[in-house]
Amino acid sequence: MAGLKKTPLYEEHIGAGARMVEFGGWLMPVQYTGIIEEHRQVRNCAGLFDVSHMGEIVIKGPDAFNLVQKLITNDAARATGDRVLYSPMCYPDGGVVDDLLVYPQGEGEYLLVVNAGNIDKDFAWIRENTAGLAVEISDISPATAQLALQGPLALAILQPLTDVEIALLGYYRWTRGRVLGVDCLISRTGYTGEDGFEIYFEAGNAPAMWRQLLAAGQKAGLVPAGLGARDTLRLEAALPLYGHELGPAINPLEAGLSRFVCLEKGEFNGRAALAAQREAGIKRRLVGLAMVDRGIPRPGYPVLAGGREIGYITSGSYAPTLEKNIALALMAAGSVSAGAEVEVSIRDRLQRAVVVDLPFYRRTKK
Amino acid sequence: MEFPTNLYYSKDHEWVEVEGNRARIGITDYAQESLGDIVFVELPQVGDELAAGDSFGVVESVKSASDVYAPVGGKVVAVNEALLDSPQDINADPYGKGWMIELEMSDPAEVEDLMDAGAYRQLVKEEKGE
Repeated sequence: MAGLKKTPLYEEHIGAGARMVEFGGWLMPVQYTGIIEEHRQVRNCAGLFDVSHMGEIVIKGPDAFNLVQKLITNDAARATGDRVLYSPMCYPDGGVVDDLLVYPQGEGEYLLVVNAGNIDKDFAWIRENTAGLAVEISDISPATAQLALQGPLALAILQPLTDVEIALLGYYRWTRGRVLGVDCLISRTGYTGEDGFEIYFEAGNAPAMWRQLLAAGQKAGLVPAGLGARDTLRLEAALPLYGHELGPAINPLEAGLSRFVCLEKGEFNGRAALAAQREAGIKRRLVGLAMVDRGIPRPGYPVLAGGREIGYITSGSYAPTLEKNIALALMAAGSVSAGAEVEVSIRDRLQRAVVVDLPFYRRTKK
Repeated sequence: MEFPTNLYYSKDHEWVEVEGNRARIGITDYAQESLGDIVFVELPQVGDELAAGDSFGVVESVKSASDVYAPVGGKVVAVNEALLDSPQDINADPYGKGWMIELEMSDPAEVEDLMDAGAYRQLVKEEKGE
């Protein structure tokens, strides 16, 4: 596995007996004790994920707002104060470069958090878009660690370790504060369908932060959780994964992300293509499937109705919370509606599945 | 990790327990541990004819699907249907409750091409890069 990048927590993962796999050019822990056990622990208590492979790009300068507004499909004018903004970033043809989080950092500065496998591509794309704009862009990924503390007990575990009232932090809000004495950006966001926090800080502090967080949360049931559980958790919550539900050949309207596409905000990359598609009718739709017959739907498997191919699986797995085999599938628009029966071709055998509403799993709010 | 000495092993990480001309087949402790939580199993039908090296089923973990190959050839005389409802038995007890199929061997001499526990342990060591 030479040539793969390692997070500052690589040694911690090896020490904890994690199984390491390649993901987006990185060597990452896929599991520690087992995907199902880690998944359930996050749903019931809390899990700690090393997501330091994610990329952080800073855009600074008098034209920072104009650049961000041009790059993303959501409205950058809504990224103010302590708000975190989720948005696709599109090519002019409406295909997706990446999906990202925008953290406004005061006048003329934004932090963009992007997918690990896309850091170099995104940086090059952003740079291409800076012509004539007074901005500086920098990739601070190597110097930045990110941990995700997720689960119903995340707040109870983190609150005593920080000097800010994070209980007051709303969903998709961020603040600066110290966690275990380390300066952090603390964000009430996540990728699991549970309450939780993502914290960003200087990479050198990562091993101590990781160990101390795990130790502090141990009594509450906090465990380290790997990319395997992260994937099954996000799938149950129907959160898109770049390369599966999003990509250069899938636009955000097809992926069900219309509420993050603001055609009214003025010009931006992809606006004309997306407006034309909305006008003409969106050709494909992301839908949820639950298997009726035996078998696990995997990415790329064809989906049929009445013997006709109408789409394909983008993500599929055994869902540990639902104890069912589920999938997201990109299907011809109007071909099916909730409750309809379709067939998934699994190793050349047609297995029945039913179309279900998304998300598959929604946490019960207190 | 267990390597029972009464079994034969294939390079694809299946084990074979021989009794007369009957062979009971499953995947090894190393195989189940590498796969992680097993959540789905596909098995052949009783009566199916398999040649050595044929894929006879599929074992799926949360992350991936893997074919399982017959280390020896023969006719399927029994399948462990309990695995269809509790595939996790393969994780818990790969050499016992996790057995997958039984064959009536067409050529019992094929067993001689398989590894004994010592040779298989060595193979696993090499695969793990130890």
